[in-house]
Amino acid sequence: MPKADRGINRGRNAWGWFFVGPGVAVLGIFLLLPVLMAAWVSVSDWRGSGSPFASSVGFVGLDNYRAILSGGTLAQRDFGTSLRNNAYYVLFVVPLQTALALALAVLVNAKALKGRGFFQTAFYFPSVTSSVAITVLWLYLFSATGVVNRVLGWVGINGPPWFNDPRGIVHVALRALGIDSAPGALTEHRFLGVTWWDWLSGPSFAMSALILMAIFTTSGTFMLLFIAALRSIGEEIDEAGMVDGASAWQRFRYLTVPMLRPTMFTVLTLGLIGTWQVFDQIYTGTSGGPAKSTLTPAYLSFQAAFTNQQWGQGAAIAFILFAIIVVLTLLQRWLLREKGGPRRKRRRPAIPVAAAAQGVAR
Amino acid sequence: MSAIRSTPRARPRESLVARSWLYAVLVVLAVIYIFPFLVDVATSFKSDAEAAQNPLGLIPQTTTTAAYDLLFLRSDFPTWFQNSAIVTILVTAGRVLFDSMAGYALARLPFRGRTVIYAVLIGVMAVPNVVLLIPKFLVINQLGMYNSYPGLVIPLLVDAAGIFIMKNFFESIPVAVEEQARVDGAGPFRVFWSIVLPMARPAVVTIGILSFQGSWNELNHFIVASDSPALFTLTKGVAQLASGALSSGTQYPVKLAAAAIMTIPVAIVFLVFQRRIMNAQGGAVKG
Repeated sequence: MPKADRGINRGRNAWGWFFVGPGVAVLGIFLLLPVLMAAWVSVSDWRGSGSPFASSVGFVGLDNYRAILSGGTLAQRDFGTSLRNNAYYVLFVVPLQTALALALAVLVNAKALKGRGFFQTAFYFPSVTSSVAITVLWLYLFSATGVVNRVLGWVGINGPPWFNDPRGIVHVALRALGIDSAPGALTEHRFLGVTWWDWLSGPSFAMSALILMAIFTTSGTFMLLFIAALRSIGEEIDEAGMVDGASAWQRFRYLTVPMLRPTMFTVLTLGLIGTWQVFDQIYTGTSGGPAKSTLTPAYLSFQAAFTNQQWGQGAAIAFILFAIIVVLTLLQRWLLREKGGPRRKRRRPAIPVAAAAQGVAR
Repeated sequence: MSAIRSTPRARPRESLVARSWLYAVLVVLAVIYIFPFLVDVATSFKSDAEAAQNPLGLIPQTTTTAAYDLLFLRSDFPTWFQNSAIVTILVTAGRVLFDSMAGYALARLPFRGRTVIYAVLIGVMAVPNVVLLIPKFLVINQLGMYNSYPGLVIPLLVDAAGIFIMKNFFESIPVAVEEQARVDGAGPFRVFWSIVLPMARPAVVTIGILSFQGSWNELNHFIVASDSPALFTLTKGVAQLASGALSSGTQYPVKLAAAAIMTIPVAIVFLVFQRRIMNAQGGAVKG
């Protein structure tokens, strides 16, 4: 290599690092390093005082993970409960927010719609406001004699005291059908310290209010993704369907929806990642109550570490949560893979998805 | 089939009915989305008693600014607001600069280690936010930044997602202009600062808006970076308020007034930059 070229290369490297330097430093120190440190804490007996790398801190192997996943302790029961709560949250929020977002997008995208901008703004506005502000508002709307219960009263429904009601909605529904107590088989056996009967409780009324809140605040964001996709599809295909005599519903179901597949995939993935991380609402509004029915793994991890000084367990919960998110995302990817036909190379929106995830998760 | 065939002739009337339905549904939905915010503002001007008795009324029977007086004159609310403003301004400025620098290097400068950094960046973005709660505290504490402004600001100064948005943008603009400048003898930073960055205005504005919203609404970083009341931001202060810090009783008007005020800055930015925000959100994922 001639001398001059080597000089240019060195200059290039120096400038390159100058430009990425601040970014790499901040992300390295406050994202990458912390993850490694927490990995160590999750297998240590550090109790929050002094440095986690001090010689007095011992290696305890998988003890912290074991304490959460087995042994019938309170820690295990709490973790099981938080998983159940969050699982119901995911189960309700993800499909509903996706369906609502798609419906909003289709409505707003109607041909020659007057006031399109106004409607878009109205639906998207909740997405830009802070989760703290919305939670405060929600606590008021869903208070025992609040706005929601007054409106329900108009149609003769006696609304529950939402945020003070730990009863699971499935349990309540079963009771309405006359099933008061669980069959013995379901109460005798436990998974993660929680009986099968309690696993089947459904979300509590308190959690249901938070589920509605999540749908309210995220449907606007996902609506924008669907609108962008609908615009890129264009009208020709729809018109072709019209010429062939397909009804509006047929055109939507058999022409539009299949073409929205990549966006649908994105929305479901983002939804799944976001909904497993419920934290702000719990921190602001319920602290996990009533009766631990809004406890989530994210909040439990925080509480274990910062309130109970069980740093090892807190970190272990965070890593288990991380693993759950990764596994479910991969599982969903596999379930929604394109079946049959020659395997087209699908546009995998991995990077932009992650970019948007950062915006949505907050 | 005949029924379907006959629809074109019936279209005008059918479409009028369909149109009416479309607007009816949209209006009902819009009311559902907007009404909660109207309730918020209306209730903040009510007395405690009226807030409890008449939650639905959008016009207070007796208008009072008691909630706002309490917040601004007899609480730490102004401090929270100030802290939020300081953090948001610094973080937004930092992200605009550092995200675009890093994005530029990844898009245009073929330096050694670029591929590795790119890969690590993707990995880092996959880590969920809440997994970082404990780890971030550990590092901030270890570095002696706990309970300080640097601890609140520095960890937020760069975001991986922003770097990607900038990188994608830089890749979409032609290289020719930069090359011309380089031939004319401008150094890499000059080229970046006075030629590339001005051309990247749309992307820079996007990063600015997203950073503003993100840092103004940020909660969990502030929870783990400090516990001193003097460093509370709005999100943290109002969250505390929600769990009953200032109050005896429910005091909904005070809480809702706080929620309304903390929404105003993001609402203004949103309304001013509406079009761009919506395109950015839609476009970021389309990639």
